[in-house]
Amino acid sequence: MTLVFRFLIMAATFFAIAVPASAQEAAMTLDEKVNAGFSAATGWFVNLIFMSIPGTNFPWIVMWLVIGATVFTLYFAAVQFRFFGHAIGLVKGDYSDPNDAGEVSHFQALATALSGTVGLGNIAGVAVAVGIGGPGATFWMILAGLLGMASKFTECTLGVKYRNEYPDGTVSGGPMYYISKGFNELGLPGGKILAVVFSIFCILGALGGGNMFQANQAHAAISGITGEYPGWITGVIFAGVVFAVIVGGVKSIARVTEKVVPFMGVLYVGAALIVLIVNFNMIGWAFGQIFAGAFTGLGVAGGMVGALIQGFKRAAFSNEAGVGSAAIAHSAVKTKEPITEGFVSLLEPLIDTVVICTMTALVIVISQQLIIDQATGNYMLNEAGSAIATVDGNTGVALTAAAFGSAISWFPFVLAIAVILFAFSTMISWSYYGLKAWTYLFGEGKGTELTFKIIFCIFIVIGAAASLGPVIDFSDAAIFAMAVVNIFCLYFLMKIVRKELASYSARLKSGEIKKFSH
Amino acid sequence: MKLVIGLDGQSSGEKALEFAKNLANRMESCELVVVYVIEWSPFSFQTPEENAQRHKRREEEIEIAMERVLNPAVKTLTDAGLTARAVVRHGDVADTIDNIAHDEGASQIIVARSSAGGFSKRIFGSSTANLVMDARVPVTVVA
Repeated sequence: MTLVFRFLIMAATFFAIAVPASAQEAAMTLDEKVNAGFSAATGWFVNLIFMSIPGTNFPWIVMWLVIGATVFTLYFAAVQFRFFGHAIGLVKGDYSDPNDAGEVSHFQALATALSGTVGLGNIAGVAVAVGIGGPGATFWMILAGLLGMASKFTECTLGVKYRNEYPDGTVSGGPMYYISKGFNELGLPGGKILAVVFSIFCILGALGGGNMFQANQAHAAISGITGEYPGWITGVIFAGVVFAVIVGGVKSIARVTEKVVPFMGVLYVGAALIVLIVNFNMIGWAFGQIFAGAFTGLGVAGGMVGALIQGFKRAAFSNEAGVGSAAIAHSAVKTKEPITEGFVSLLEPLIDTVVICTMTALVIVISQQLIIDQATGNYMLNEAGSAIATVDGNTGVALTAAAFGSAISWFPFVLAIAVILFAFSTMISWSYYGLKAWTYLFGEGKGTELTFKIIFCIFIVIGAAASLGPVIDFSDAAIFAMAVVNIFCLYFLMKIVRKELASYSARLKSGEIKKFSH
Repeated sequence: MKLVIGLDGQSSGEKALEFAKNLANRMESCELVVVYVIEWSPFSFQTPEENAQRHKRREEEIEIAMERVLNPAVKTLTDAGLTARAVVRHGDVADTIDNIAHDEGASQIIVARSSAGGFSKRIFGSSTANLVMDARVPVTVVA
């Protein structure tokens, strides 16, 4: 119960700061007030998460994620490559028992988890990474994506293994469940506390990256077409629609989105391919820029390390490997072998980061939106020296739009629709992740669920009204904070996964696990 | 002799059932398998919440199919002194009926031509055509 109070006090403080009523600030617009209050309230948290390793300018959290992904890759002997083909077979349904038809399939779990991760990270986030870290960031992003496949494998296997199944047939799963149950099983202390800490960060992540960042960029995309207007208007509209879906139970909206989003994803990759085909003679050059930039930086702020940090950061933010969110989405699958869900989930970072993010990066590089100093061959920095100068001074989603627009003039409109839909589907997914963490803390029940859902909708308005800087910082910080707890716990729990892996691969080899003829 | 009867829960399914009953009555020994397929695809897109509730929904769908379609059909057949049992499964209607008939070693599939209602016509109308084209067992379509 104390937790409820603590959270309420936190929320109350937050709103007290966010909406100050002093006479001095009366001159500020509502958006500016929200923005100022927001950065004041969240600054310390952001600074803590992104603190540099002493003596370097390398944020420790980025190191944390990459070391985690590397450890899992080594510990499971490159499971992401050894079982890649098997993962495809599972998604195709080759190993599904026809008698289990009607349960959530591997494909559906993968698609649901992907619709939570494929989104603005792939469009706006990559533009931010390439804009600051240069083309070289792409190389590090791909590397982080490939390593991250092992993190996903670990967390999603555990997510299914330790989920809660209720008598009414519904399920709840995720890191909070595997941390508390798994630690208990291993006889380790502190599982419950770590699970609670994870849940708190998960709620913040759901409100941040899963909500405010989405609302913010959706507003940017809309106002890019209609012209500037106050962000809270977009926020209220989005909040209304999300409210209708998650509180009102208007399934039709969610259903339409869930069908349109994969279509938009295909359309996005298709458009990227068209841009690449049109400029096919530049592809070799673009990869040259990516490799050269990866190891020299090509003049970007921070040089090679700058490119590396941006690449790693965006990969982690985009595919969420090690964050633990996918474990919540995957735990709904009915399977006799939890590890099969791990195999399926390792495809996510591949699709999300190695394919979609790389497409975006290639389009931005090939479209030559980033200005190169012809004399040195290096990239020119903007006036502030913080990022690479772009043709029209665009950053974020506007940079991606300009890059696509240079080859397909009408594409920015399609992109705006894609951004809105991606933002919406990511919000729906994260409202569920946040809700699961919330009910883990406060118990399942209609009343507690409604409280969270209303808070979630309020944050959509705040996110749309605040400016990009503070929102993106807080979003990253909250999501990475989840990874701090999750990866720490995965180190203890990974031996459980190894046991499962050994048993499963032995049975696969002996032919005990075989394909079903369909 | 084993016959598989595909039902769609509509009145046209009754005709298929009646036809199978008459046919079975003329044989010395005949086992009847009454099948109801709940249209479902493993490749559709769902929200996380729908996934979490999927198991529960599946059980409910199976229960409804048993109660409303299969149990009455099996009762009709057993009351007529025949051996009959029910199978309910999720999947593509044509593929699933064909697979069941194949796995059961049935000698014939009996289905109705096409049902009257718009929704079931959409599902079963085309499924009958698909079944006729792809089945590995002879199919009788009852008009």
